[in-house]
Amino acid sequence: MSQTRKQLLTDPLVDNNPITLQVLGICSALAVTSSLNVAFVMSLAVIAVCGFSSLFISFLRHYIPNSIRIIVQMVIIASLVILVDQIIKAYAYEISKTLSVFVGLIITNCIVMGRAEAFAMKNKPFESFVDGVGNGLGYSLLLMSVGVIRELFGSGSLFGVMIFDPVSNGGWYVPNGLLLLPPSAFFIIGFIIWGVRTWKKSQVEAREYKIQTLKEH
Amino acid sequence: MEGLISLAVKAIFVENLALSFFLGMCTFIAVSKKISTAIGLGISVMIVQSITVPANNIILSYLLKPGALAWAGFPDIDLTFLGLISYIGVIAALVQILEMILDKYFPPLYNALGIFLPLITVNCAILGGSLFMVERDYNFSEATTYGIASGFGWALAIATMAGVREKLKYSDIPDGLQGLGITFITAGLMAMAFMCFSGVKL
Repeated sequence: MSQTRKQLLTDPLVDNNPITLQVLGICSALAVTSSLNVAFVMSLAVIAVCGFSSLFISFLRHYIPNSIRIIVQMVIIASLVILVDQIIKAYAYEISKTLSVFVGLIITNCIVMGRAEAFAMKNKPFESFVDGVGNGLGYSLLLMSVGVIRELFGSGSLFGVMIFDPVSNGGWYVPNGLLLLPPSAFFIIGFIIWGVRTWKKSQVEAREYKIQTLKEH
Repeated sequence: MEGLISLAVKAIFVENLALSFFLGMCTFIAVSKKISTAIGLGISVMIVQSITVPANNIILSYLLKPGALAWAGFPDIDLTFLGLISYIGVIAALVQILEMILDKYFPPLYNALGIFLPLITVNCAILGGSLFMVERDYNFSEATTYGIASGFGWALAIATMAGVREKLKYSDIPDGLQGLGITFITAGLMAMAFMCFSGVKL
């Protein structure tokens, strides 16, 4: 049993990553990664909401009528997000300013909803909790790697601590301004997907059209 | 009036919900394989967005804001912390009502857009539009303009994206980049193109 629980936790990291494979919850992954501090807080928020919403939905799974399950899940998730939002506002006010609407948008993050619908409605509370946390971790892994690339090469620092001394500060590193702009997040995630799929061949999507040379005819 | 036009242009091009705030990305990537479906979804988002943003604006100013309940005799109550749950409730309810109205009175439209409507409840662009409206403190007319314009901007982005992807499927792409990977890179290039609009003012 502990073996499967471990799998529930580790599977979503690479083999079944919510972002690169299931294409869920990309919205916030792109917008909050320009600095690591913000990405880190966002990751914690998503792990907490994803884990606990799965736990509570799984507790209630025998009492939720099938026809209104979406709205029940929505209410549970929204209440958890409000809780997280208030906590962030109370203890990390500056970061909550930068995150602006994106904490609220965890409600519509498809990862949370998807896990509730696909796993927590059918499984026991503890397994659901582990599954939720696992998927939250898979999301965080990608969020943090994009964050590291963007902050390190875009402004030469990590968690706000200077690593590469930028030219404007008398150092040697010329920061790549593109990485602080929104489009760079698309490129980085695109390249990460490319890397993961070169490593795990089974994730490659089939072509819709095959290119043929004239000789084959 | 000038202010409203400038707000609309800003919401459509400069601050495009899909390409500069990455809202509604899940549907943006998943439903942009064919132009016709993309346009259908785009129109539904625009309709829902132009109803929900003003509706949430009314709820915010008459129920939730500090002092908003003064008309009911409770001038000291501040319910803004209930914001998130009421906006998503309004969105879910409105989408449901819209679906029923379309089904009853405009069956052809329902057949064309019906499958997209449930998707819209969990589309971050819709909730995001309402949250930006709250954060930027829009009044009712600004909220209406913003709702219509931001919905149109999203529709524009997904329709263009679908156009690019219809051509893209014939091209010779490395195996690992096939499908999702190249879609992301294309979206990045489009976002860069949209950045050219920044600084446009009316």
